[in-house]
Amino acid sequence: MTVEAITLTLVVITFGIYIYIGWWAKVKDTSNFFVAGKEIPAVANGAAIAADWMSAASFISMAGLISFLGYDGTIYLMGWTGGYVLLALLLAPYLRKFGRYTVPDFIGDRYYSNGTRAVAAIATIFISLTYVAGQMRGVGIVFSRYLQVDITMGVVIGMAIVAFFAVLGGMKGITWTQVIQYFVLIIAIIIPAAAISLKLTGIPIPQAGLTFSDIAQRLSQLQVDLGMTEYLAPFQNMSGLNVFAVTLALMLGTAGLPHVIVRFYTVKDVRSARWSAGWALIFIALLYTVAPAIGVFAKYNLINTFNDQPIEQVREISWVEKWEETGLLGLDDKNGDGILNFAEDTSPQNEVTIDPDIIVLSTPEVAQLSPFIIALVAAGGLAAALSTASGLLLAMSSAVSHDLYYRIFKPGANEQQRLKVGRIMIFLAVLVAGYFGIHPPGFVGEVVAFAFGIAAASLFPAILLGIFDKRMNREGATWGILVGLIFTVSMILLMRSVEIFGTESQIIESFLGINAQGIGVVGAILNFVISFIISRSTQAPPEEISQMVEDVRVPKVTKKE
Amino acid sequence: MLSNEQLSEKQREYWKRNIRLIVTLLIIWASVSLLAGIILAKPFSNIMFFEVPLSFWFAQQGSIIVFIFLIFTYAIKMDRLDREFGVEEVILTEEKDSKGDES
Repeated sequence: MTVEAITLTLVVITFGIYIYIGWWAKVKDTSNFFVAGKEIPAVANGAAIAADWMSAASFISMAGLISFLGYDGTIYLMGWTGGYVLLALLLAPYLRKFGRYTVPDFIGDRYYSNGTRAVAAIATIFISLTYVAGQMRGVGIVFSRYLQVDITMGVVIGMAIVAFFAVLGGMKGITWTQVIQYFVLIIAIIIPAAAISLKLTGIPIPQAGLTFSDIAQRLSQLQVDLGMTEYLAPFQNMSGLNVFAVTLALMLGTAGLPHVIVRFYTVKDVRSARWSAGWALIFIALLYTVAPAIGVFAKYNLINTFNDQPIEQVREISWVEKWEETGLLGLDDKNGDGILNFAEDTSPQNEVTIDPDIIVLSTPEVAQLSPFIIALVAAGGLAAALSTASGLLLAMSSAVSHDLYYRIFKPGANEQQRLKVGRIMIFLAVLVAGYFGIHPPGFVGEVVAFAFGIAAASLFPAILLGIFDKRMNREGATWGILVGLIFTVSMILLMRSVEIFGTESQIIESFLGINAQGIGVVGAILNFVISFIISRSTQAPPEEISQMVEDVRVPKVTKKE
Repeated sequence: MLSNEQLSEKQREYWKRNIRLIVTLLIIWASVSLLAGIILAKPFSNIMFFEVPLSFWFAQQGSIIVFIFLIFTYAIKMDRLDREFGVEEVILTEEKDSKGDES
């Protein structure tokens, strides 16, 4: 069987399973639709969070980005895992105790204001929209690369699958498909990683191969010899300040992302919320500790395959030929000596250009694994993209149908109407996401800056203060959110004006040395400071709100609604 | 049954113990990540942890492993604290959930 045939078979089988689960999980009430009836076991919720979390970008691009950033790749590794500690200790248990459906639910109730609720809902929609368009694009790319389907067609197929299980099964359908998708994607990344680790270090566990063999030192030395940056040395590609700011912004942003937080509403009690955060991080860490190992192995392998080799001989390797055709790998014998030169991308001597996305996608071929594994990686990429997309779509649709429609515009709506609006909104969200996947606007490429920056600067401080500062009131929180949000968004727009508006050069380069990806930290600090000052100079929150905060802090139910 | 005042006294103590635990764990959280992996990145580069520099190990492997332990420590300790203060959440099954009695 050819690679294409095996890939097609695997994709059809996994999609069949997702559709079956969607049909099996069909729901009839809003509690099941928005929070899976609050009966998901902690371990399953952990796996669902992990799949929700690990997007097409984590799966396909992250190891590659790290292999080019070297030490500084830690911004993604610590940034995208450290937030779970904040979630588990500071937010998840209390939000579960609060026990409604969405993040704006908490913010609106805690700050007794529909205006604040609306701002939180709009932030949720914008964060999720930026994020989801990239996932749909990822689905299209995997389809086009492995099955020679047009990108547009690939996006449409992905939309149809997500729409089916999300509209029918709501959060329940999404959760159980995410559990399956987690296993598909983690197997797809672990098997090739273990094989390449065994080949290069003699140790089949990639994490151990990285720490206990001298491969990282050899790579670091090799890079130095070729005039590239020292792989193991810190701050070669980014300033220390930026590494710090970006890492912290990603941590705070992770803890404030609505599609992640809402997963903690789906477990049965406060205890399970704490435990499921731990399970989630174990599942996530499997990929996040393997990714830096893959980064090192793949980079080492690539340099050895290309550097100082005759170009004609390199071109005969089958995967080189294939990737060169896609344009993601470029070989160019600039000095005409017939031998390839590997150097820093920016150097005029460099004759090999590599798109970071190749690192993971080509690993099985570089390590000469069977076609089955190659097909598995394609199915894993699809699983990663679809699982993240479905979580985001639900977050978007619940912000519209629950927070805006039900809580603000039509509080009298009955169960049937709410469920219907929920289904319609998720369907519309799929269409919008698909459209942006096919015609990506400029801001979509800035997911890291926008989604995480906004979550860190607006939602995270508001939720945290709502739980830990009893004196925090409507005025403080609302101004804090607005200032954090406006500051962060305008900074990103100014610093990324080239990508977003197509200006000649950046309108401003950095804010006190902090770049667009790290600016969320400054936004969050502004939010905290403004909230504190304004809340202390305005009226304390009403008595029933203090009561609500007391109630959220203790797992035991003291009064029933 | 405790009176309201005793109850809130107990709740205050429970909350204080919770905060103390959170602060301790967050100090460790910041030490293994922001401190060992970024602020001390340069000095720790000269110390080897097996075959990689110590700061590199913390930045790309160690911090993540410690994060997992922190979350589970919190979950286990809070389970114990909940029991000690008798504030565990009681799950109501469908049958006995007739009038919502949970204490």
